[in-house]
Amino acid sequence: MSAPADAFAVLAQVPRGGNGGPRALQSIPSALAALRSNKGRSVLTTLGIIIGVAAVIAIVALGEGASASVNSQLAGLGTNLLTIQPGSTSSGGARTGSGNAVTLKAADADAISQNLAGISGVSPVVSGSAQVIAGAQNWSTRVQAVMPAYLTIENWTIDQGSTFTVQDNTNSNNVAVLGTTVVSSLFPNGQSPIGQTIRIRNVPFTVVGVLASKGATAGPGGDQDDTILIPFQTGQVRLFGASSINQIVVQVADANQITTVTTQMTTLLRQQHRLASSAADDFSIRNNNDIITRASGVSSTMTMLLGGVAAVSLVVGGIGIMNIMLVSVTERTREIGIRLAIGAQPGDVLSQFLVEAVVLSILGGAIGIVIGAGTALLLPIVVGWATVVPWNAIVLAFGVSAAIGVFFGIYPARKASQLDPIIALRYE
Amino acid sequence: MNTLALDASHTNGVLHVLDATSAAETAAVTTPAVIRVTDLAKDYTRGTSVVHALRSVSLEVQQGEFVAVMGPSGSGKSTFMNLVGCLDRPTSGSYVLDGVQVTSLDRTELANVRNKKLGFIFQGFNLLPKMDALENVMLPMAYAGVPTSIRRHRAEVALQAVSLGGRVHHRPNEMSGGQQQRVAIARALVNAPSLILADEPTGNLDSRTSVEIMAILQRLNAAGATILLVTHEPEIATYCSRTVVFKDGLVLSDHNNENIVSAAETLAATPAQVDDEEVAA
Repeated sequence: MSAPADAFAVLAQVPRGGNGGPRALQSIPSALAALRSNKGRSVLTTLGIIIGVAAVIAIVALGEGASASVNSQLAGLGTNLLTIQPGSTSSGGARTGSGNAVTLKAADADAISQNLAGISGVSPVVSGSAQVIAGAQNWSTRVQAVMPAYLTIENWTIDQGSTFTVQDNTNSNNVAVLGTTVVSSLFPNGQSPIGQTIRIRNVPFTVVGVLASKGATAGPGGDQDDTILIPFQTGQVRLFGASSINQIVVQVADANQITTVTTQMTTLLRQQHRLASSAADDFSIRNNNDIITRASGVSSTMTMLLGGVAAVSLVVGGIGIMNIMLVSVTERTREIGIRLAIGAQPGDVLSQFLVEAVVLSILGGAIGIVIGAGTALLLPIVVGWATVVPWNAIVLAFGVSAAIGVFFGIYPARKASQLDPIIALRYE
Repeated sequence: MNTLALDASHTNGVLHVLDATSAAETAAVTTPAVIRVTDLAKDYTRGTSVVHALRSVSLEVQQGEFVAVMGPSGSGKSTFMNLVGCLDRPTSGSYVLDGVQVTSLDRTELANVRNKKLGFIFQGFNLLPKMDALENVMLPMAYAGVPTSIRRHRAEVALQAVSLGGRVHHRPNEMSGGQQQRVAIARALVNAPSLILADEPTGNLDSRTSVEIMAILQRLNAAGATILLVTHEPEIATYCSRTVVFKDGLVLSDHNNENIVSAAETLAATPAQVDDEEVAA
């Protein structure tokens, strides 16, 4: 017997052994080979996914960056800040607005700083509009009589000179710290205001410092720099009288404790004001968190909106993959027929085409992530826009692109697996 | 003649598609039929008219036979081959392949039967163009779940057996028609099928290459393989052990060949052509 015939006899043994691994994994090499053999088309097909994923990531990065910078600006207002204002008064049934009652006293501020734990700063505020004269210039501005702690609480920093001291307050010294708008109005020639004397409601004050500019605020309040700060005692003694105060600002040491402190403060102030348990509060306590929450809500809504628009291109990319997979199934009808004839089960053909679609979309997703994250990292450097690389969006984009592969790949893959082997084999 | 391996592996229930009843059947019959077809019929509906492609065919093919199926076009031989090849299901009748009633199997089960019990050789070779010879031959074993190392080894042995040991990494477009058909033969036999179906295997080849292919099939048959070959060339049928002729969806004649021509001898008697093919040593 010749050697080849012996070889045939050897082959007549049915091959046995392990199961060769999970069936679905068997189709991965074929799928990769098919994609490799059509490189140009594979890349073009994934373009939709690439653009979609990159756009989603870049937009979310920009949105989060904008949101973060808005938040940090708002945090300048102080997330740990509480403002106590007098309640409304009621005279003859007509209630005035909040802040008009004369219920807050300097003693309330003392009581808070002495009795409550977890507080890092308290300052009563008396403010009023006043005509200010310096030399030949005059200017109408808001004068606030505050404790030295107020500057820390409200994030004011000193640009020139110094702030007034606790001693200035105790002695009711006539010293003032000016905002930059006031400085430019009263000292238009650029001379230093430090040491100069100005007259507020005709009371002479010595300028000891200039505040660093905070700029204008978007909301009510307008130009924050149009202000003069004087010691609280000085204000009470020399300008406004000792009757009542406009508000008390309180800085809480730990922003997370703000609710607890608010509750304790309410109880304390009710005791101070000797309110009956049935009576309503004659003051109100507010914090800035509401504003911050609303502002960041607006920016995250914008981010979601833009991200949603970008996500539409992901879906379009998915449809592109489905389209190409359908073309591919038609082109490879004969191959499918051959595979079915030599024993591929419909499930094998299904998983082969599904794996192709998923590999395409994951590949597109990966390239898109690189481009999107790269854009997010480059924008701050090139254009100077703030971005935050959104890791959660990257993970999500990867998952979504895989899911798109499955979703848009299943129809062409099913179509391939349902082919009649006889017709498929005859297909030219 | 070395037929022991085929016998042992095919009738002992190695394949999971074999069930208890088939084991009982094989015990009762001394030489089990590879194909047992009874009253097999296939109708196609074309619009409102019904075409009786196959009317009623009953046929048995025994282990080790080399059957030529002949007949004019429209005779039903292609339909018969599709049914025997488990690519299609009959309208009525019964088909037992190697002890398994395949008439009632679903698509997935039929695919499994095609994979493990059948080997296909086509007129147009039908190799996958993007795979080399070795990968093409390994493919049926991948679908059978054979481990990769065994796949590779068996595919190499099979390619050596068809004298293509030196061309394992050639792609179909780098090979001649005869070489491609030899790869197809290697692919058809790697899963040790019960039956090899050859549909006009020499239809696209010149006469000398045709004889070469027939020589390989004869050797395969001599090693114990059962082969069913469709051809319209009477000359090709002379290399087979039995000829079944179809006409109008029925078996017209069915006889054993008295004088089987040896393809190897024909080849030896024909002067070799000048081409780049490596003829079997």
